[in-house]
Amino acid sequence: MHYFFLYSAIALTIIIAIPMVRVVKGPTLFDRILATNAIATKTIVLICLTGYIFGRIDMFIDITLAYAILGFLGSIVIAKYLSSYKVRRQREQEEL
Amino acid sequence: MIQISFSVLFIILGIIFILMGSIGIVRLPDFYSRSHAASKSDTLGIMFVIGGLMVYEGFSQSSLKLLFIILFIWLSNPIGSHALARAALKKGIKPVLYKRSSKKEEG
Repeated sequence: MHYFFLYSAIALTIIIAIPMVRVVKGPTLFDRILATNAIATKTIVLICLTGYIFGRIDMFIDITLAYAILGFLGSIVIAKYLSSYKVRRQREQEEL
Repeated sequence: MIQISFSVLFIILGIIFILMGSIGIVRLPDFYSRSHAASKSDTLGIMFVIGGLMVYEGFSQSSLKLLFIILFIWLSNPIGSHALARAALKKGIKPVLYKRSSKKEEG
């Protein structure tokens, strides 16, 4: 079972690296934010599997909770900032 | 034994769903369809994998914390995706099919 966790963690690491393509070449700012958010949510599973590989899930689970809350908060804050009235008005003035 | 086999099944199913969401972020043509791929299939895949770990763990305190993580992701991932899509719509990013439908209304 230890080797199963190890190989699934390796597969997840490769899967997590795929959205980096969208981060690098995304046409708009929102694509990049979406891809980084997807990477952050998938890393939660990777940390859980790492806890089972090392056999110390009771320690790693707290790290996972803190990481999940931080990733969610960052995504919400960036979305609210980009949709605020002041930022939109500044952008329109720059485009004009 | 049946516990371990169910756990392996759930984890493999979840990794397949996460792989589909990850490919969808790269391949789909539009911001809104990419957001759809990122939010739905990722949420289901993460719930499957952590559910498999819960089945492997059995009844304990760590299992309860894993259940809290499932509940938190179940609430937070669609909320974050929705907030991002709302910000994009306010900024004025058009969907791919937008022009075609407006032409149909004119003609």
